[in-house]
Amino acid sequence: MGMFILRRTGVMLLTALCLTFIVFILTTLYPNLEKLAKNQGNFRMSDAEVASYLGNRGYTQGKLQNYGEWLGVLPGYVIKGLDGKTRSRCSNHGVVEPDAPKFCGVLQGNWGFSSVFKESVSDVVKTRLALTGKLMFWVMIVMIPGALIIGVFAGMREGSRLDRSLSTAAIVTTATPEYVSGVIFIAIFTSSAVGLKWFKGSATSAMDNATLENFLLPVLTIALYGMGYIARMTRASMTEVMTAQYIRTARLKGVSFANIVLKHALRNALIAPFTVIMLQIPWLLNGVVIVETLFNFKGFGWVLVQAASNNDIDLLLAVAVVGVIVVLLTQLISDIGYVFLNPRIRIS
Amino acid sequence: MQHLSWTGTLGAYLNPLFLTALICFLALAVAAIARGFSPRADGPNLINPTPPSVSLMGPSLIIGLVLWLLSLSGVSLLAPLALGNMSLSLIVCLILGAAAGYALYQISAEMIFKLVWLAFYVTLLLFGLYLVIGLFVKPATMGIVGAISQRLIPTWIALAVTFVLSILFKRKLGLYGKLFDSPIGMIGLGLVLFWIFTAIFGAGFDWIATHDPLAQVSGMKNKHPGIPLQGATEADYPYYLLGGDTLARDVFSRAIFGSGIVIVIAPAATIFAFMVGITLGLPAGYFGGRLDTVLSFLSNLVLAFPVILLFFLLVTPEIVQTGLPNYLAVILFVFPVIFIAVAQYSKNRLKPGFLTLQFPILLIICIWLYLSLVSETGKPVDVLPPMLDLFDVPAEILLVFVSVVFVNSPTAFRIVRGLTLDVKTRDYVAAAQTRGEGPWYIMLWEILPNVRGPLIVDFCLRIGYATILLGTLGFFGLGLESESPDWGTTINAGRKLLSVYLAPPLVPAFSLMSLVLGLNLLADGLREESLRD
Repeated sequence: MGMFILRRTGVMLLTALCLTFIVFILTTLYPNLEKLAKNQGNFRMSDAEVASYLGNRGYTQGKLQNYGEWLGVLPGYVIKGLDGKTRSRCSNHGVVEPDAPKFCGVLQGNWGFSSVFKESVSDVVKTRLALTGKLMFWVMIVMIPGALIIGVFAGMREGSRLDRSLSTAAIVTTATPEYVSGVIFIAIFTSSAVGLKWFKGSATSAMDNATLENFLLPVLTIALYGMGYIARMTRASMTEVMTAQYIRTARLKGVSFANIVLKHALRNALIAPFTVIMLQIPWLLNGVVIVETLFNFKGFGWVLVQAASNNDIDLLLAVAVVGVIVVLLTQLISDIGYVFLNPRIRIS
Repeated sequence: MQHLSWTGTLGAYLNPLFLTALICFLALAVAAIARGFSPRADGPNLINPTPPSVSLMGPSLIIGLVLWLLSLSGVSLLAPLALGNMSLSLIVCLILGAAAGYALYQISAEMIFKLVWLAFYVTLLLFGLYLVIGLFVKPATMGIVGAISQRLIPTWIALAVTFVLSILFKRKLGLYGKLFDSPIGMIGLGLVLFWIFTAIFGAGFDWIATHDPLAQVSGMKNKHPGIPLQGATEADYPYYLLGGDTLARDVFSRAIFGSGIVIVIAPAATIFAFMVGITLGLPAGYFGGRLDTVLSFLSNLVLAFPVILLFFLLVTPEIVQTGLPNYLAVILFVFPVIFIAVAQYSKNRLKPGFLTLQFPILLIICIWLYLSLVSETGKPVDVLPPMLDLFDVPAEILLVFVSVVFVNSPTAFRIVRGLTLDVKTRDYVAAAQTRGEGPWYIMLWEILPNVRGPLIVDFCLRIGYATILLGTLGFFGLGLESESPDWGTTINAGRKLLSVYLAPPLVPAFSLMSLVLGLNLLADGLREESLRD
């Protein structure tokens, strides 16, 4: 087990390195850098000015060198620019400060400076991640029990009418992406055209003070899309368990149906959904980005959009790192959890 | 001219009937679901009968809560009470629910379900009546619903012909024919075919749309459905059937033309993704070893990328400048060529004349098509002279296409690899090996045909997913230009004024949803039917 976790962690680190390198390459392609230079400097820079601006700030040293600096395994650049000023990476790309450290990358805890938010990247990510954490927490609270209940009810009698109607409902939710269900919810429950106005169409106020009125719709929008898939997986695993020999034995012994479902079947039927739920979390990230944009909830997904549309390199890299870690960590947890939950694997 | 209402003058007679049927159906459906929760639904459990009190609880609670929610929303007769005193109304509703639950318990489950279906068919019939009457009368008589139905005549005819022919010959049509044994599969197929035909006749031949999807008509900005066209001449269609959007364009026509974009890109991208997945997944699963390790690592790498982040990085105008999509296209589009060439070579290489005549011709055609697809005049990859270049794909479409293929390929790879691992230990594979067949023949002509069932099912689901991805791209304004009529872009454009003008974003939203739903139901039906034998 220890070896397994160690190996998985190794692969995880390698994957994270590769992915951040890819993101790094994509964000520092020359047209992107040009855009950055024009954003930071002024919009009417000539090509030569752009080149010198970028050269002065160490962007043209070569990708590997830059990536190493960002990572903190290579010393940050100190360049005497064409304009006579000497700049260094470790003084925020500004004029060299005397006490600036030699290395300043992620490994030293320096995530860089966000050009959009004018704030250090780690602060931006921390505050926004907390907001998205709140959203995700409520999504989980709604989604997991809902999906499990639907799945168990559908799977306990395969082919029954209850099964058919619940399965169809699950298919409908998986066929409705967040930007469709969100728009429909907003239209029905918040618009003055329909006139119900039960909820608010914007979740901006939920960032400080989440209430049912401003937070239910975003939560429901994300939860619904993931719910159908988990419910279907739960149903599949439940139907499989219900045809097992020991369930038949219990039935013949005269155990009541409710007891069979709750005490005998449920525990074994929940192993597979656990992994599915874990693997679903990265997919929720998609939903988070869409819903935060749609409902104007300024969390992590919203930051991703801001960072990407302004090519905020440091922030984008941090966002990518967080995203990749979430994906890989959930994979790891689902693998380990599967081993722990499944006695057949655990004992061998 | 008159503002067109939803159901026109005939609606005054039909609407009350339709509403009654619909309400009956919904009420009965709630009752049926509630009854489904009662353990007596499957017949008495003789050994350990559930006491009636337990059986009653589920239905009563559900009906009670539904009643309460209805009265809270001001729909039912109990509304005045509910708004006055919440807890009292909850108690009253629960008591009513218990009474209804008891009544339900007395009727057999069969009876209720029969009634549900009856109500459902009556509702459907009445809705069909709107559509059928709409075919023959003027727009003012049957309103917007009828007028839209009239515009869709080519689609209806094609649908009817396909269904009648398929049902007549369903025993001879293999898996496709079996689809007509499952209601779910039939509904799914109907929805998918509806959009395919609408795309062909609407976006392809321009028989359905009423106006140019990009034309802006003054005075038609932000109008509600059924608005008569201002300054219409004889040649123009006199209405904006589903209203005008913020740029005074016809919402209905945009939705129709949007279907054309989706119906072309989503399946094509999925086919390419499957080609990549099959060409790499088969050897990875069959040979295993280091090849498998490397390919699996690469696919996990792409899968670990949050899709949206990838889109934001990949689908930008700056990336188009660097020519990255063209290079990606060069890599991704070569796989179908490899697939076809290897498949034909491994099967027919011993046939006389094949290697000298047919194979070279096939190869030349494939490579020519490949080069025409990849090469673009004035772009980084420009290998064919313009004279030989068969078609040019616009840069932004190519970019969207390539990124959807790129995102979908690793999943296809994983599925094919898993299926191959499962199947390669079967006896027929061993038999082929003993016969001395080459590995590629075994992979492409022994393993692949035998895993086609799950692959087809997954293919349908993937098209749906690709549709959702396309919508996501449009929703974030990535890739396609901002006035493109595709559904995602239109939803994004319409959502800003959503609280006042519902039609512009809701029409494409429901279109997209119905197409994806159709694909999912189709996949479900296919899975059920292919498991049956």
